[in-house]
Amino acid sequence: MSTPILSIRQGIKRYGSVHALDDVTLDVADGEFLTLLGPSGSGKTTLLSAIAGFIRLDEGSISLRSKDITKQPPEARDFGMVFQGYALFPTMTVAENVAFPLKVRKKPAKEIADRVAECLDLVQMGDFADRLPIQLSGGQQQRVALARALSFHPQVLLLDEPLSALDKKLRADLQWELKALHDRLGVTFIYVTHDQEEALSMSDRIVILKDGKIQQEGAPGDLYNKPRNAFVADFLGKSNFIDVTVTGREGDVLSCAADGAKFEVETDAPLEVGTKTKVALRPERLRLAEPGEEFLSAKVKQVSYLGERCQVIVTHDSLGELLLSCATWKTGITPKPDLPVSIGWDKDACVLLAPE
Amino acid sequence: MGRLNEKVSYWMLVAPALTIMIVFYILPVLGIWEIAFTEPTTGVDNFVKMAESSAVKTSFVLTFRVAAITTVGCLLLGYIVAYSISNFANKFTPLMLALVILPFWVSVLIRSFSWIVLLGRSGLVNDTLRDAGIIESPLRLMHNEFGVLIAMIHVMLPFAILPMMTNMRGISDAYVKAARGLGASEWTAFWNVYFPQTIPGVMSGALLVFVLSLGFYVTPALLGGGRVLMISEYITYQIQEFLNWGLGSALSVGLLIATALVLLIASRFINLRSALLERK
Repeated sequence: MSTPILSIRQGIKRYGSVHALDDVTLDVADGEFLTLLGPSGSGKTTLLSAIAGFIRLDEGSISLRSKDITKQPPEARDFGMVFQGYALFPTMTVAENVAFPLKVRKKPAKEIADRVAECLDLVQMGDFADRLPIQLSGGQQQRVALARALSFHPQVLLLDEPLSALDKKLRADLQWELKALHDRLGVTFIYVTHDQEEALSMSDRIVILKDGKIQQEGAPGDLYNKPRNAFVADFLGKSNFIDVTVTGREGDVLSCAADGAKFEVETDAPLEVGTKTKVALRPERLRLAEPGEEFLSAKVKQVSYLGERCQVIVTHDSLGELLLSCATWKTGITPKPDLPVSIGWDKDACVLLAPE
Repeated sequence: MGRLNEKVSYWMLVAPALTIMIVFYILPVLGIWEIAFTEPTTGVDNFVKMAESSAVKTSFVLTFRVAAITTVGCLLLGYIVAYSISNFANKFTPLMLALVILPFWVSVLIRSFSWIVLLGRSGLVNDTLRDAGIIESPLRLMHNEFGVLIAMIHVMLPFAILPMMTNMRGISDAYVKAARGLGASEWTAFWNVYFPQTIPGVMSGALLVFVLSLGFYVTPALLGGGRVLMISEYITYQIQEFLNWGLGSALSVGLLIATALVLLIASRFINLRSALLERK
């Protein structure tokens, strides 16, 4: 990574005895779309608030382009921010809202008017300049909030669950738009969400938080395919977890055994023979076949049809229940409760998780 | 339930309160109106007298001035209290709320008497100042407009605080945060973003205090000591001292109309319905 635009070093924030942020160190690259992902209470919003300057870290530092901003008030930081409920000023029109950051920066009136028009066009809200926020739909308010946050060419745009109040279809549309906007403007986005789909679809990089600690960070595909621990494997998509014991190593391939099944995992993790750990298997990487065709025999317990996919729960004598996700358009067997089947997977489908 | 039934049950619910209002309020008020036009002779004599009397004019001007200053004082002090209670959520919030509401449990009469104890010639304030050597002879703190204003502001303060607080508690802190995040200083965020949202609360507080102050009797009567004759006390004088029921009634009709005019004018600028009923 070249010089990061924003760096957080050993950030700690305590509320009583709870660590809302626990030794968080993070670099954000210039122009990146970075998502802070985690369940509620994970510290993602606290981290964003600390970056924005609404809360002060107890320990650690934040720097913007190598300049320490840890103690700066929010208005000195020059970050754009889009809030969860948009926080459009109800007494101002759409245009006045977008003009607000420019007015407080004492820009000339002509420049303000031009920039407001430009920003509203950017989010296709040019026709609504004279409306009050209350006269707009949720999606429209969201666009105005975006225009307002971008109007003063902020160094970084902070977004706090900006889509969470919208219905599913609109949310999907706006995800595309946000991503396109990011690519077009080249502004650094720091995006907070608890929605893993949102995180996967838009981000260049995802930081997964839990209990104030960074669990793992990386590109969406890397996190999805190579989760480091059970939390990441379960939070990002679904996973089947199997307790295993390491039985041997041959080059990069580690063999593990569970009660009644063997797994081979490619890893460079230095695990000794006899170590107890977990492997994760994605439901969509499991194959469903006639009995005997694959290496694990099981019985279908339940089937849930979801349109383009169907989810199947099978039971194995010693491994217990496993979740499978199969494309419904594929020819092959039609899973039904109590149907005996066999399941298998490719070698690279198994992910070894760090022992706890 | 049919439509008719709904209508019947509606009126059954409204009837008790409506009856009480009609019998004990509307009818007596109409009686006052009647007296105003009939005592001692039928006609508008009383109103002519009222319009010509300089004492009445002085009293009306005084009443409106005291009500206006009380309103401004209550808004200034009340805004700060309401703001603190609404925006600094901490363990003292319930206590502060209780302190605002507590005076309602003590009669206005007693509260006004306490001010006499405090502000009198040898009241607590004067005694303390004299003992401290700051003053030689006692200050005139009551039996003048100053004393009336102090006590009026004290009595009316909760009526200003409560609507403003209700309004402020409904304002999310996200707005000020957003403004700061977008580059506004604390003051700019307050003045351009927060304050405009509190105007409905300020307006309903102002209206409530102003209208109540116009007809207030106990406090001006006690603290004014007969020297600050607001219109309600003037009416009492006319009726009790001079047995001049006609002029007294005409004055109350005048006060009622003046108050109605204030509301009418206010309604041109603010939405009374939301200001007084919804308080949002």
